Amino acid sequence: MITKEDVEHVGWLARIEIDENDADEYASQLNDVLNHFEQLDEVDTENVPPTYHVIDLVNVFREDVARESLTQDKALENTSSSKEGYFKSYRII
Amino acid sequence: MAEENPDGVVIGLEIHVQLNKLNSKMFCACSTDYHNSEPNSNTCPVCLGLPGSLPVINEKAVESAMKVGLALNCDIVEQTQFHRKNYFYPDLPKGFQITQYDYPIANDGKIVIESDEGEHVVRIKRAHMEEDPGRMMHIGNIEKSKGTLIDYNRSGMALLEIVTEPDIRSPKESRRFLDKLRNIIEYLEVFDSNLEGAMRVDANISLQGGSRTEVKNISSHKGAERALLYEIMRQKNIMRRGGEVTMETRHFDEEKGCTVGLRSKEAEHDYRYFPEPDLTPLRVADRVPKVTKTLPELPDAKRERFLSQYGMTEMHAKALTSDIRVSEFFEEVAKEVDPKTSASWVADVLKGELNYRELTVDAFKVEDMISIIQMVTQDKITEKSAVEVIRQILDYGGKPDEIVRENGLLKVEEDVVSKAVTETIQENEQAVNDYFAGKEKSLNYLVGQVMKKTRGRADAKEVRELLVDKLNK
Ligand SMILES: [Zn+2]
Repeated sequence: MITKEDVEHVGWLARIEIDENDADEYASQLNDVLNHFEQLDEVDTENVPPTYHVIDLVNVFREDVARESLTQDKALENTSSSKEGYFKSYRII
Repeated sequence: MAEENPDGVVIGLEIHVQLNKLNSKMFCACSTDYHNSEPNSNTCPVCLGLPGSLPVINEKAVESAMKVGLALNCDIVEQTQFHRKNYFYPDLPKGFQITQYDYPIANDGKIVIESDEGEHVVRIKRAHMEEDPGRMMHIGNIEKSKGTLIDYNRSGMALLEIVTEPDIRSPKESRRFLDKLRNIIEYLEVFDSNLEGAMRVDANISLQGGSRTEVKNISSHKGAERALLYEIMRQKNIMRRGGEVTMETRHFDEEKGCTVGLRSKEAEHDYRYFPEPDLTPLRVADRVPKVTKTLPELPDAKRERFLSQYGMTEMHAKALTSDIRVSEFFEEVAKEVDPKTSASWVADVLKGELNYRELTVDAFKVEDMISIIQMVTQDKITEKSAVEVIRQILDYGGKPDEIVRENGLLKVEEDVVSKAVTETIQENEQAVNDYFAGKEKSLNYLVGQVMKKTRGRADAKEVRELLVDKLNK
């Protein structure tokens, strides 16, 4: 059972602000999703290996060769907050 | 004798090893050579986590990880899969870290270390691959910091996280373990321990009857020993006062030498791991025979060979194989001069002088070592002078023969010594009488006088023998 508190916690984990008035509704919607998965759980998958990837490929590699990187200017182009070549964020402890 | 551990100390380590000898990062082609680069000049859409970019696995990173796994006596798994570990932190541009986590490439290994009671096995639980986050710096000092600066040059570097079972019983043992681990991985040529951030350690530690704490942010082996000593003391004090050690994560403050509690709102299940949809599974177990063939002679095997091939002492063999660069240096020297003599000069003298200066053997030239040893064995300089030459080279540079010449270190001819001895006996009647009266110390005084006359270039041991000879004639 997903509670209102769970919704708020998950919201915090995803850094999504959740309006208190909406939390109850989200909880019930999420519980519906969980119930659906409970239905799926009834299927016997005892001898079925888990599917990690839908395409049946393994070992897709690249060679260990270095190529040119972006310039510093290019790298910082999309940020609204930089300082002396660094990305700048709020204070982190 | 059993290892003394009255407090029931139990330590497990998690070691992050950066595979910094690769040419490129783990999932993109950015260079690993960023240590002297401008911030954020070594990035691309993949390691900056820009939308639409796709990671592709570096094949050599996987083979390097397999090499480490095999060298640590691990099993390589049939199949593994990268996962996303989700959390928000500015050093992680995507909002998740790609990691094998619970599907490690290598499992169930061991490292044998020396303990006070002989050999001790530390089991390796697993080694898994993941990507390194970026680097964060505070603006100003931590307390009054106005913001955090982030450099993503390190972001996406290939890391191997090696996790031990809680088999370590003291800070000293943890240091021995870390030294041996570093040594083995350096033998494999997959990482350079000299580079900043090459090896980072987290430690789990508990005392008998108490909870376990995790100490993070340990960046050196010395630091690990200090952090653990501090943490044991802290936990002991809490228990002595009747308190309870709480399970928590603590941060090691290298400057202050203490650990500080961290408040973390995230629990393990909050990371919401799920398979990385952008990467296909790895199935590399069939490469084990091929990778095994590329493994070099490892430290324990090399030690055994040094013992049998050069007939050196166990102590020398250990000292010379505890660092691949030292063992290579020694073998070069031993091609030219007597191996046993070389072993002694490299292991006993040079290594000590290097350690004292916190230098690696790269600071000394093989040819210089050879010429110094030759001068000693050919009786041109005393052993004491040879040590002096080594020190001068390390402190000021220069070539051995020049240093010997400029400092007048060539041994004086025997007749000069002999003359100085005779003169000294004539000039120091009182000391000679004291000697015959049984005062041993007066002989030291006479030796000192001869050394003065020869300006220290005579061999003190020879002078002493000569004095005793002449006095008793
Ligand atoms: Zn990149």
